[in-house]
Amino acid sequence: MKWSRRFVERIIEGLFTLSGGVTSLIILLVVLFLFREGAGLFTSPSLEKGYTLCVHASNLTGEIDAREVKRIFDGEITRWEEVGAGEMTGEIDVFHASELPRVEDEAVMPRVLEEIVGGRRGIIAFLPDEFLPAGESVVKRLAAGRVTPGDFFAGDEWQPTVSPAPRLGVLPLVTGTLLVSFFAIILALVPGLGVAIYLAELAGSRARGWLKPAIELLAGIPSVVYGFFGLVVLVPFIQEVFDLPVGESALAGSVVLAIMALPTIITIAEDAIRGVPRALREASLALGATRWQTIYRVVIPRASSGITAAAVLGIGRAVGETMAVLMVTGNAAVMPRSLFEPVRTIPATIAAELGEAPSGGTHYRALFLLGCILFAITMVINLSAEFIATRGQGKGEGA
Amino acid sequence: MIETKHVDFYYSGFHALKDISMRMEARTVTALIGPSGCGKSTFLRLFNRMNDLIDDTRVSGECLIDGEDIYHKSVAVDELRKRVGMVFQKPNPFPKSIFENVAYGLRVNDVRDKSFIACRVEASLRAAALWGEVKDKLRESAFALSGGQQQRLCIARALAVSPSVLLMDEPASALDPISTSKIEELIADLKRDYTIVIVTHNMQQAARVSDKTGFFMMGELVEFGETRMIFSDPVNEQTRNYVNGRFG
Ligand SMILES: Nc1ncnc2c1ncn2[C@@H]1O[C@H](COP(=O)(O)OP(=O)(O)O)[C@@H](O)[C@H]1O
Ligand SMILES: [Mg+2]
Repeated sequence: MKWSRRFVERIIEGLFTLSGGVTSLIILLVVLFLFREGAGLFTSPSLEKGYTLCVHASNLTGEIDAREVKRIFDGEITRWEEVGAGEMTGEIDVFHASELPRVEDEAVMPRVLEEIVGGRRGIIAFLPDEFLPAGESVVKRLAAGRVTPGDFFAGDEWQPTVSPAPRLGVLPLVTGTLLVSFFAIILALVPGLGVAIYLAELAGSRARGWLKPAIELLAGIPSVVYGFFGLVVLVPFIQEVFDLPVGESALAGSVVLAIMALPTIITIAEDAIRGVPRALREASLALGATRWQTIYRVVIPRASSGITAAAVLGIGRAVGETMAVLMVTGNAAVMPRSLFEPVRTIPATIAAELGEAPSGGTHYRALFLLGCILFAITMVINLSAEFIATRGQGKGEGA
Repeated sequence: MIETKHVDFYYSGFHALKDISMRMEARTVTALIGPSGCGKSTFLRLFNRMNDLIDDTRVSGECLIDGEDIYHKSVAVDELRKRVGMVFQKPNPFPKSIFENVAYGLRVNDVRDKSFIACRVEASLRAAALWGEVKDKLRESAFALSGGQQQRLCIARALAVSPSVLLMDEPASALDPISTSKIEELIADLKRDYTIVIVTHNMQQAARVSDKTGFFMMGELVEFGETRMIFSDPVNEQTRNYVNGRFG
């Protein structure tokens, strides 16, 4: 009897330990996977996959970096003197693979390419690898540049699908994410704190009885529904009130996120306020302080670390939110200059683009690295929330 | 002077105080004794209306301080609480500096005059026999003090708003014997200026510090009289049993 009970307890213990271990392992694997997929970015070619940049064999230019390629094809750079070390002079003659003539028999393509390149000394041609002539040829391949960390982390253009050289600068996305989240918290903090104080200090049991479940319900609404609400109600409203060309904007995203962050902020802040010992309130009231004086002079300062943690966790919730933001921010991947312009956040970018990015390609890798950035941001946020909360516990607890 | 006339008190359905009539003279110490749950704290908290904070309670009868009915509609509760200070069972300083703890009652009273505040803080700390120990660390957190010091800080905090009555709910029950005797000395000093009502579990303490003692049981005031008489020759059998430790 005794022996068998001990045996069963052993097994149960083992199961718990196992599930803890498995969970940790899964988390570790997810993170590893994210980083492994993302890390390949800086060894990926900066050109579209399957294509090579070519010049005339007499052109001595050695290498052109990704930014220059884009500007050449955009028509911003027009002379060879402006690129490389100036080995070449004259007009740049741009040729894109999309201009290639249609041929019946693909076997003749290498010859077609040789003719095109051979006839134009100043050419820069963006050509499919499979048709490049083998061996000695008038078609000279330029070494393809790699995506550099500088381009990625400090680049201010995110145009992952432009041909021939996609731009993968994350600054607009990071800025967009931080802007939208930051304002969401600014918007959510005052009403969130207000409700938390009301719930913890002022509400009678009846008001609490329906408000608490309502707030929990708010937390349970799927984010697409918030997106619908934002799209149908908020976006036209913002467009009207601020007289904007389009209502989809950082502001719309912030408002929707603020509403979504409210339950987190309210719940955690209310807990913090309730956690303030009753004895402190009584001490204050017994000295003739009013209820409101007691709240702002004693209760809130004492709960301040918990309240800060609430705000930080609210930000954490906002930073990672995808669907609703995707629906209302307009998704323009440009550096945001104001709250009233469309922006694009990191999660929205990943959700919108991952489906189109060819697996293993440069764009695909870049999206994974974006995921890593998001992971890092939320981790910093959660760690700081924890730090703030634990630091607050030490304060006021005896020594 | 504090007086109650036929006071009854109810926690929703529970009749916690039954027909209490009692008179406490100015500048005396009255001790309230009795077994746990007999209503001592409830009775004490009538006088600064702390019971108002609890939902669904009811008082009847009269509660007078210096002749004024403190449960009358015209009484502002926060004003009343400035006149009737309270010290709690466990020291409960605010998470602020020593200075700010004592200054708190003045600040919530909209006192802005810095030198006046500094003056009151010093006077209150002196009155609570704490000045010498803290005068060099007024800006430090109140939590840096020992439990006994914290309790004297709470007394100083209550004194700073110049009350006339001081209510103490087992003020020494969480303290060591040395701190306890300091608090008792302090009570003897404060008696000159304040009307003090103290709840205590400790018979010797009641005997040492009080002029009059009231013995409560199950919400009733069983006996009230000169402390000397209560402890040496009580009229009531239950009182005799209780003070001789043959009870509860
Ligand atoms: N907030 C409350 N709600 C309901 N009953 C209470 C409350 N506080 C105290 N009581 C009851 O009132 C009685 C007197 O309590 P109290 O005055 O705290 O006793 P004492 O201080 O003498 O130990 C006890 O029976 C207690 O259970
Ligand atoms: Mg009590």
